[in-house]
Amino acid sequence: MNQNLANTRVIGLPSRWIYLTTTFFLVLSGFGQMPIFKRYYIADIPGLGWLAKFFVTHYIHYLGAIVFLALTAFMIADYLISKRNSRHVTASGYVRIALLTGILISGAMLVIRNLTGTNFAPEFIIFLDLIHLGLVMVFLFVSLYCLIFKKHWTTER
Amino acid sequence: MGQQISRRSFLKGGMAAAAGVAASSIPGTEALAAPDESKQLATLIDISKCIGCEACVDACSEVNAEKYPNPQKPFPKMVPNRVPVEDWSEKQDVNDRLTPYNWLFIQHAEVEINGAETELTIPRRCMHCVNPPCVKLCPWGAAKQLENGISRIDSDLCLGGSKCKKVCPWDIPQRQTGTGLYLDLMPSMAGNGVMYKCDRCYDRVADGELPACIEACPEDVQTIGPREEILKKARALAKETGGYIYGEKENGGTNTIYVSPVPFEELNKAVEKGKGKPHLKPVEDTMARANNLAAAMLIAPVAGIAAAVGKYINRSKTVSKGA
Repeated sequence: MNQNLANTRVIGLPSRWIYLTTTFFLVLSGFGQMPIFKRYYIADIPGLGWLAKFFVTHYIHYLGAIVFLALTAFMIADYLISKRNSRHVTASGYVRIALLTGILISGAMLVIRNLTGTNFAPEFIIFLDLIHLGLVMVFLFVSLYCLIFKKHWTTER
Repeated sequence: MGQQISRRSFLKGGMAAAAGVAASSIPGTEALAAPDESKQLATLIDISKCIGCEACVDACSEVNAEKYPNPQKPFPKMVPNRVPVEDWSEKQDVNDRLTPYNWLFIQHAEVEINGAETELTIPRRCMHCVNPPCVKLCPWGAAKQLENGISRIDSDLCLGGSKCKKVCPWDIPQRQTGTGLYLDLMPSMAGNGVMYKCDRCYDRVADGELPACIEACPEDVQTIGPREEILKKARALAKETGGYIYGEKENGGTNTIYVSPVPFEELNKAVEKGKGKPHLKPVEDTMARANNLAAAMLIAPVAGIAAAVGKYINRSKTVSKGA
């Protein structure tokens, strides 16, 4: 019985929770890179003081990125190995994959930018910052749309 | 059952791998990231030579006057009320601390040298870190690091968020409200002005001239040159005089190398510290903690793929056992 229930889920609960939690902390710590949480009293909320500590949000963002990268690789590999024949990626799935690809690549470039000795052109850095933020905002809207209108990442063949 | 076990092992294995890499630094990547010391310009400041005449402070103000802000009043009201208004436009003569209109000042320290009470004077400004958090962590890219290591804030782009000041171990950048790009965006909701700090006279340096403070100094307190050379000079001077060095390793290394006849711990106790008056405490490499995680980001996808492969192998075993 339990086995059947487990098999009806395309993505297991642990993966789903990791995705949601990691995305939540990435978005929160990501927005925390801008000096907005202290200004708008959010860091005054008990337990949320860390949102105004830039090196803390910076570190948490990196940790979240590590988990997110592992999860993304797992999802893609899992799909290619085990699900490719039974399911195909939907249009909304491809849109989200494209957005995440842009976010991950710009994020990786920003990580490289932060290393000692890296000296990217200032215009390129501004471009990376705006692309990273812009794509995240679009991704959040698209995700909300997909949640409301029940658009799945994959469907049965 | 097989699926649950491999997810758990994915979590454990993946995290262990990431943590393991994060905990140790990888020698290869350090070499990749090492700054080109022959390109970075550093300044040696020999504290024992400084007489506190403030010629450097005056020269800095004179030469940089055209870069100073001209804020228009009244300033747009900022929301919420707690957003601090920082206005130095009517206090431009203040030169006993850093302000948007004073990027260099003289710090005084009463210390004992060979049993005699002496006053040491120390020119203080931006340290021009080798890996400057003000540049690397500005969310808009308004702060830039030039190839010669000079870090400067572009006053046409800066929104005055003040994050650079908060991540600077010495709180160097100073804000002037009511000027800059934020006025053209959402002046009540976002931004606050522009941040100002020493830019090492980057434009003069580009023309082959000396920074104004170095040119004006009658006592040759400062020497500017390639970082490697300056470090050698500083170490030689410290050895020769039994002196102490500050700025070589602080915050992962800076391009401002102070040499003092007394330990910096003593100097730090003796100087007046506070807003616009930076300390002389030891500073750990603030960017290192997160930068050390960068290697783990390379391992993470490998761990994810390994987990997916592991899950497939486990499931195949379960299926074949069942059959």
